[in-house]
Amino acid sequence: MTTAAALTWQRRRESAARFWKQYRRHRAGLLGLAALALFVVIALTAPLTVGSDVASVTEAPGRPMESPSAEFPLGTDRFGRDLLGLLVWGSRVSLLVGLLAAVLSVLIGGLVGITAGHFRGPYATVVMRVTDWFLVMPTLVLAIALATVMSRSLGTIVLAIGVTIWPTTARLVRAQTLAVESRPYIERAKALGGGHWHIMSRHVLPNVMPLILAQTTLMISTSILSEATLAFLGLGDPTVVSWGGMLQEAREAGAVSSGDWWYLVPPGIAIAVVALAFTLCGRAVESVLNPRLGVGR
Amino acid sequence: MTASTVTPLLSAQGLHVTFPGRPGAAPARAVDGVDLGIRAGEIVALVGESGCGKTTLARALLGLVTPTAGRVDFAGKPLSYTSRDLKSYRRRVQLVLQDPSGSLNPRHTVYDAVAEGLRIHGYDGDERKAVTQALSQAGLRPPERFFLRYPHELSGGQRQRVVIAGALVLNPELIIADEPVASLDASVRGEILALLLRLRDELGLAALVVTHDLGLAWNIADRVAVMYLGRIVETGAVEDVLTAPRHPYTQALLSVVPEAPGTPVILTGEPPDPARIPSGCRFHARCQILASGEAERTGVADACRTRDLEVLGGGGGAQVACHWARPGVGA
Repeated sequence: MTTAAALTWQRRRESAARFWKQYRRHRAGLLGLAALALFVVIALTAPLTVGSDVASVTEAPGRPMESPSAEFPLGTDRFGRDLLGLLVWGSRVSLLVGLLAAVLSVLIGGLVGITAGHFRGPYATVVMRVTDWFLVMPTLVLAIALATVMSRSLGTIVLAIGVTIWPTTARLVRAQTLAVESRPYIERAKALGGGHWHIMSRHVLPNVMPLILAQTTLMISTSILSEATLAFLGLGDPTVVSWGGMLQEAREAGAVSSGDWWYLVPPGIAIAVVALAFTLCGRAVESVLNPRLGVGR
Repeated sequence: MTASTVTPLLSAQGLHVTFPGRPGAAPARAVDGVDLGIRAGEIVALVGESGCGKTTLARALLGLVTPTAGRVDFAGKPLSYTSRDLKSYRRRVQLVLQDPSGSLNPRHTVYDAVAEGLRIHGYDGDERKAVTQALSQAGLRPPERFFLRYPHELSGGQRQRVVIAGALVLNPELIIADEPVASLDASVRGEILALLLRLRDELGLAALVVTHDLGLAWNIADRVAVMYLGRIVETGAVEDVLTAPRHPYTQALLSVVPEAPGTPVILTGEPPDPARIPSGCRFHARCQILASGEAERTGVADACRTRDLEVLGGGGGAQVACHWARPGVGA
């Protein structure tokens, strides 16, 4: 089967190339991808460029609340730390939490959606009512409640965001599962003797995968925003630097009333740009992969 | 057709399938009492108009819908509906669906589609060899060239062959084909039919072919069963039923075949509704014999309107469910 395996790989490369060719047509998607690549490079190289010392309060290089200068392009915070360094260092937490929480939420949503679409009956009714309940609950309130009762750590934040934003994914995946399940090849698989697991894993999952991928990219920006919100409300992990946490510190230090814009604006813009970049990418991926949006495969 | 005493491979006895109607409406009796037997190596055609319950009967025979009443016997034993028994049953009986484009997963290669059955049943032999053999039996040669194709790269006929190969790969004893060639053009249709006949001769495969096409039934079937509104109204050897039809419904069906002699009989009355099956003979509201007064003359008109007909036996002999066509009455 060596030649067959090689051919399979060739096919995969071809379909990846086809995907890229179609993706390239979306200018907004390319812009989002470029912004994203920039942020990822900054986050990955942060240990080399700024290092973890940047968050140290005791060895702060400058005086508190310095305005932007040649030495500190974005000024300093209330402890005299370099804000540009903090911004770069904070991107790591924001991206990591956003990614993990999105993956968690899509895992839950995908599982719930596929099983609810496949089994129907009382199981689906119960599961979908639970989903509805999560859908109408104010996400932020639920996340705050979760983050409050559990210990303060990054894992808690990931969990709190992940378990609150999955219902939209579950609904989408269930709808797509129902559409796939009505196709004749599902009946053929049943007549061949395929059980529930076979149908869900071999037929439904590959067909809802594009939707799940697009949904993941879109969910990352939601997660990043949620993480920033939780951190701003003081529910984040106080030992790590994140953009939301920087905003919260700025507020506590009175940056709003004293007009220290360099303390507030950069993290805010960074959050907005990353969320926007992921949304642009997600929309482009969605329109390439989802034929229902009018872009054929 | 001397083997009518032999136990059929697959048989239905008094099979009823009822679908619940909307709240307040009567339930639809899609299959309303059917006896049908298929012996090993025999091709039976099930013909009838759209909505007469052919597909539901086929699905019930496969265990894809649970009958409301009656039972399905396979190899002399009643079909059990536990998931393990159904799985082993579905190794021996295979389904070929009408729409070859829809019955293949667009994300699976031909190889995966054919090997699917083997993988489900945990085949421990050489999977590649089995797939190769099934593809070449289905007429896709050389098989290796098709392994990594996707369904959208194949023609309709090739797709249907892949579906048939996927059914053959498990060496089934019986294939249930629901409109196997309805969506194919005439040249491909001929190839697929020749394929079915060859498989019957080479492998002793039995088949139930569900179709609305009498020409198809004539070409491949040994025996034909005509279905009307959930029940079989006429059955017998294909030559008898299609050359000398006795049931007025079969006569009407045959008279509208393009090359049929005589004037076509256009059935009047509303199309049948399985939720409102008329009393008496279920065909009487549209029967041209009754409408022309022919039944009146032979004195069976009252029976047509009021007396229910019994379910025809599933065996091989020629039978008809019609008061007028009974021996000793009328023509």
